Amino acid sequence: MHHLSAREAQHLKPASFIRKHIFSLDHKVIGKQYYVLALVAALIGMVLSWLMRIHLAWTNYPIPSLHLLSANGAPGNVMTPEYYLQLMTMHATIMVFFVLTTAPFAAFGNYFLPIQVGAEDMPFPHFNMMSFWLTFSSLLVLMSSFFVADGPTLGGWTQYAPLSAVGSASGPGQGTGVVLWATAIGLFCIGQLLGSLNFITTTLDMRTKGMSMWRLPITVWAWFITSVMGLTAFAVLMPACILLILDHVAGTSFFVASGLVLNDQLLPHSGGSTLLWQHLFWFFGHPEVYIAIVPGVGIVSHVLIANMRRPMLSHRVLIYSMGALAVLSYMVYGHHMFVSGMNPVSSLAFSFPTLVITIPSTIIVVIWMGSIYGSKLRINTASLFALGFVSMFISGGVSGFFLAQPSIDIMLHATYFVVGHFHLVMGVAAIFGIFAGTYFWFPKMFGRMMSETLGKIHFWLTFVGSYCIFMPFHYLGIAGNVRRYQAFVDDYTQPLIPLHRFITVAAILTGLAQLIFLYNLIHSRFWGKIAPDNPWEATTLEWSTPTTPPPHNNFGDKLPEVFHDPYQYGVESSVGDYVMQASPEKVKSAHDEA
Amino acid sequence: MATTVHEPPRIEERRDRPRVISDSGNSGPGTLVPASGDFLAVKDYSPSPSSTAIWVLLASITMTFAAFTSALIVRQGSSLDWRHLSLPRILYFNTLLLLASSFTLEVARRQVGDYMREQRNGNAHAARWLYITLILGLLFVTGQYLAWLQLRAQGLFMATNPSSSFFYVLTAAHALHVLGGLGGLTRVIRKFNRSTLRKTTLDATSHYWHFMDALWVYLMLLLWIKL
Repeated sequence: MHHLSAREAQHLKPASFIRKHIFSLDHKVIGKQYYVLALVAALIGMVLSWLMRIHLAWTNYPIPSLHLLSANGAPGNVMTPEYYLQLMTMHATIMVFFVLTTAPFAAFGNYFLPIQVGAEDMPFPHFNMMSFWLTFSSLLVLMSSFFVADGPTLGGWTQYAPLSAVGSASGPGQGTGVVLWATAIGLFCIGQLLGSLNFITTTLDMRTKGMSMWRLPITVWAWFITSVMGLTAFAVLMPACILLILDHVAGTSFFVASGLVLNDQLLPHSGGSTLLWQHLFWFFGHPEVYIAIVPGVGIVSHVLIANMRRPMLSHRVLIYSMGALAVLSYMVYGHHMFVSGMNPVSSLAFSFPTLVITIPSTIIVVIWMGSIYGSKLRINTASLFALGFVSMFISGGVSGFFLAQPSIDIMLHATYFVVGHFHLVMGVAAIFGIFAGTYFWFPKMFGRMMSETLGKIHFWLTFVGSYCIFMPFHYLGIAGNVRRYQAFVDDYTQPLIPLHRFITVAAILTGLAQLIFLYNLIHSRFWGKIAPDNPWEATTLEWSTPTTPPPHNNFGDKLPEVFHDPYQYGVESSVGDYVMQASPEKVKSAHDEA
Repeated sequence: MATTVHEPPRIEERRDRPRVISDSGNSGPGTLVPASGDFLAVKDYSPSPSSTAIWVLLASITMTFAAFTSALIVRQGSSLDWRHLSLPRILYFNTLLLLASSFTLEVARRQVGDYMREQRNGNAHAARWLYITLILGLLFVTGQYLAWLQLRAQGLFMATNPSSSFFYVLTAAHALHVLGGLGGLTRVIRKFNRSTLRKTTLDATSHYWHFMDALWVYLMLLLWIKL
């Protein structure tokens, strides 16, 4: 494996359709493949969320054709409680793994990291191809659980033991469904490890002449930091999945305690530790949150800088803060387990770094705000989505302060407050990052411009819609509305039903607004205005490629040489108020004169 | 941000092989076999992606086994059903085999180094040591299989007891990684025989192999103390 050489990185341009578009070694094609995979996964995940929302708002209302999805799960087109949980589990798994991890990290990272460091490709293109196809098989395995007898698992994306480990006696989908889930996630882990291997080696070893580490764009730093996190986090989730599968198929007792009685039957397992799963899972699970968000932080900073026409207040502090997020993300995982029967001293030990991790996040936000303040920000769809990201990151982050404190968390744990918190800060924010990246880089990836008018309509509908969906979640949580319930029948939840209906309508409308994006994407891909090489007058290497989209080896006959820091805006040069990294022109920045 | 400006450009045209990044400012792949395929011409090496990649890979393997270890410790601490498991004797022999294979690989690596520096004629010696390493590795995996057979004969299966569960899981996970290493060694031998072996490839493979060795010693200690 490790002998795959740089020689193979310089693979020849493929001739056949299959080698060019399907089993491609080209990082750009693999990046696009990841993007399409994430797009399909996002659509599936969104439809699942619609079904759940409709069921929550109008519990016994039959959803037409639902029985086609599952005959057992929806008799008479009305969702059973178990089926609700199955859809919820699949929604979360698909979104977390195949959208939030895949799009900002694997898709854009694959496409742009090698170009931004000035390389021809990743050093291990075969691994790169394997990484995508493992992720693809992982999605297939996961989706296949819809087609087994009792459907997918209902244990939630966290798959807490012992529910996840005792087999089909604990509910539909808890036998084969869990095994398929764990297999899918295991495959996904291997795919991500191979991807991270390539990202790290590309960043460290494939930089072109003059590209020192501090001259790397923020995006490259974000992807690099994320791959380091991914490397360690996914390497822990994989053994956890193996142990879970063994509890199912080999009769071991890693996660099932002794003396457990289920459906009046004593289980044969003995002595396993249910908390062990939570420890292993959250050791991965919390860094995973940052794996989803840090690439977004990078992309959004990159987009904002190009549109503010000046660098961030501090390039280095922003990077140090992302690094601090990565390091701290391993020390806070226990805050997911405050109510799991953990020693109160441990709670305190995990509470402290959880509060500390808000410091680098706050520094990042302050740098953004300070940099935007007074800048003549160019308003386009990409920069709007970047601003939207900042907004979501703040709104979702603020509720984190509440949850970081065990005494408050005990109240709010497992309520819609938590659901609102992580949907805003991790889900919507990361998706806004994906949109910002898409509108910004689409011209380079496909050689055509996207429609700005449609883009802005898409932005405002999505922005307002997302707040309409997720802000009320916080009120629901404070009112005591517990999450993961399929219907609200208690007296105190009755007054909350109208709010649930509002959320459902907002979710459907916001989802429909994504059709505008889809139309814009497909229409612009074939019929959009032809894009110039550098439509945003940006400085980094992806805008210095000889053609748009870049040729097979990215830079044609010559690799670029880098003469400048990544973001030289606000200068006077022959091309305007910026100088490109690969341009040898000597300029003085306004910053220097000041 | 400070402005840093270089002297005007001196972008070199690519030389004989147009796609080699020979003048990258950093540690790009500088260890390619010349187009002629004469691997004697490769005298030395600078860091290349495979040298970095191997450390990255070992870091993630370390994390995986750290997770297994913590699972073992938590599982043992939280239960009353833990039974002591006597390690099959053959494991000690297997340990010796693996340690010996690290030694033979190191001998091979030095001989290849000498050969590359033209201090030695003919590559027969080096190849012999590589083959010995491969055989020792295969013997190790076979020995591990025999150890499982011995446990099975004692009626200790995967699900019998948590200690036997962990024994099987840890040894199997390690054996799979060793098989990967054997694949790597086979590749090295094939490339060596075709004179297309790069020093970095051999180094990366041997780092991996020695790591498997150290990992096994660690696992032996863990199993010996804990089971």
